[in-house]
Amino acid sequence: MNKIFLIIGREYFTRVKKKSFLITTILVPLIIIGFYVAIFAISMNGSDDVQQIAVIDDAHIFNGKADTSNPKLHFTLIENETEKSFLNKYKNLNYQSFLYIPKVIDSVSKNKFTLHSPSSVSLTTMSDVEDLINNTIRKNQLIANGIDPKEFDKKSNSVTLDNAIETKEGQKKSFAGVAYAVSFGCGFLIYMMMMIYGTQVMRGVTEEKTNRIAEVMVSSVKPFQMMMGKIVGIGAVGLTQFAIWIILLLGVQMLAPLIFPQFMEQMQHASTASSEDLSIAATAFEGISNLPIAKIIFLFLFYFLGGYLTYASIFAAVGSVVSEDQQEAQQLVFPVIMPIILGFVIMTKAVNEPNSSLAIFGSLFPLTSPIVMMGRITYDVPFWQMGLSMLLLIGCFLFFTWITGKIYRTGILMYGKKPSWKEMIKWAFRK
Amino acid sequence: MNILELDSLKKYFATQKAVDDISFNIQQGSIFGLLGPNGAGKTTLLRMITGIFYPDSGNIQFNGQPFHPEKNNIDIGYMPEERGLYKKMKIGEQALYLARLKGMSKNDAMDSIKKWFIKFEMESWWNKKVEDLSKGMSQKLQFVTTVLHNPKLIILDEPFSGLDPVNANLIKDEIFNLAKNGATIIFSTHRMEQVEEICDHIVLVNKGKKILDGSVHQVKQDFKENIYKLGANVLAEQLMTYIFEVVKYEPNQLLLKLQHDTTTNELLKYFINQNITINSFNEVLPSLNDIFIKLVEDTKATRQFQNIES
Repeated sequence: MNKIFLIIGREYFTRVKKKSFLITTILVPLIIIGFYVAIFAISMNGSDDVQQIAVIDDAHIFNGKADTSNPKLHFTLIENETEKSFLNKYKNLNYQSFLYIPKVIDSVSKNKFTLHSPSSVSLTTMSDVEDLINNTIRKNQLIANGIDPKEFDKKSNSVTLDNAIETKEGQKKSFAGVAYAVSFGCGFLIYMMMMIYGTQVMRGVTEEKTNRIAEVMVSSVKPFQMMMGKIVGIGAVGLTQFAIWIILLLGVQMLAPLIFPQFMEQMQHASTASSEDLSIAATAFEGISNLPIAKIIFLFLFYFLGGYLTYASIFAAVGSVVSEDQQEAQQLVFPVIMPIILGFVIMTKAVNEPNSSLAIFGSLFPLTSPIVMMGRITYDVPFWQMGLSMLLLIGCFLFFTWITGKIYRTGILMYGKKPSWKEMIKWAFRK
Repeated sequence: MNILELDSLKKYFATQKAVDDISFNIQQGSIFGLLGPNGAGKTTLLRMITGIFYPDSGNIQFNGQPFHPEKNNIDIGYMPEERGLYKKMKIGEQALYLARLKGMSKNDAMDSIKKWFIKFEMESWWNKKVEDLSKGMSQKLQFVTTVLHNPKLIILDEPFSGLDPVNANLIKDEIFNLAKNGATIIFSTHRMEQVEEICDHIVLVNKGKKILDGSVHQVKQDFKENIYKLGANVLAEQLMTYIFEVVKYEPNQLLLKLQHDTTTNELLKYFINQNITINSFNEVLPSLNDIFIKLVEDTKATRQFQNIES
């Protein structure tokens, strides 16, 4: 028993002590955070850029007065020019684009106007200009029919939906977006971890085999101890990485106001400025606090461990039968990766339709359940499904470690030809 | 006392009878040579002795008790033919790790590593990685990691390949030393001159079967062909006799093969009676190399694939 801890220790510390571990662990989240900060900063600063647009309003929808309701667009009405004559001039007059509104507008059917520009105009500008024209025309129509546009705005309504869930503890508000994000995030993390650490296990085993250290090792320890030591050690590296990320995230959250005071002020300003933004933030917080956090964390860890251990043992067996040739490994790995990818695909469906038969199947089938169940955890999964899924996963893990242990034991000392699937199955089921 | 007793061991693979009914004993403190051509089943046999493979049938007794890999592997040091070390691991840590996997405590392991590193002048290697070592250097390291835990039985598969004569001698001296201190050494090789020099007892296997078993001296006696070397100036016409055949003739040296019923004294008398001055006279024993080639060539040396229903 002592020996397996030695192996776990070696597998764990050689990886954690490597510089590349620290670099990837710290850099990856920094890059992701930096990416989001950049997006946020760009979207906040986007308003500086005002589009200068020249308008020839032959239909007189603007009534000789340029609309200024959108600060990003600056309309200048051009008199005494035709579409053709102005087409050559607008660039020289420093307009980015030129809108022509023809004389006759059919108020019922759709109209098509043309926005001339030297290079293609961004989608947001296009839709902003469209909104502005449509609003103006509607306002004109309302006035023509004797309705005050301001009165109309007051009387028109807008409905938002809240979803209330009746639970034993009372009524809870559900927030589809938050539940969706948490489910998807958990599923994606498990998917990533199984892929990254599963292939690490495989590479580690192949390395031991090609280095021929395997033979020295099996003269001291049982092959099964070697395999489990490697799997557990690498799994612990994964958990360490999680822990570092959580600590970093908390650290960033606490330090951010100190490092970027203006930025945070801006955020606060933005959220107090419009009550709508505030309510979104509040909704998100309320949504998270309404989720069964303890249950989610427990299930996440359970399915991560179950899924990782099952797949890692398969990856270890694959690693033990290939030799130096990377192409061989690719061929053998493909059928192992297939169900993981399948699980991910079903998971993306399951977050939208958590009680569909596909989602239920995917969350019971042990090769996809670690990922698919994550897609359903924020919704109430029936007790029998949860229990059955967990039992199946444990059973699957035990079954696979039992047979892969045998393949590993034989494969790790075999050199030369890659064994066929038939041979491997024979190894797996012999005594 | 026998440290190891193998009793009709068998191990069949899908297309090979790798080890087919082999039995022999190894005495404690001896240096034992396990010889055989490529693919004879030596590695399979060694893997059964180290507990890596289970025999299909047969018994192994270790130190008078039935062999139990998990219990006995701390008493065995195995250096496989294909060297294996973690390339990216520091040498000191690696030695410590391998020693502790053999059940040593951290302190004992450190003491032993220090002792061996000083003996082999490897102190400065501690923080280097295996990939920084030359082939010969990693060979030395491999040898050290094999003997660190003071095993009772040391199994060395081609220990001198890739070593220069100085380092080979260093290791050879250590092998003698370990044997003198009570360790038993199984030495597997194709290099017959090393076997003659080092081993007390040899077993030759071919195609999964044992074809020779005995001490080096005994084997040579068994395979001698009554050939003698005579140093003397002899004329060709002085060799007309029925008591010997001339194997090789040189003006001042002869190789003679005696007829079975002739004694050496009769031979010497024959020359003395002719008044020929004899400078030297000695028996020529066959080299292990000759015996090896003779025994293996009788059979098809290369293994043929066969179908085995097991």
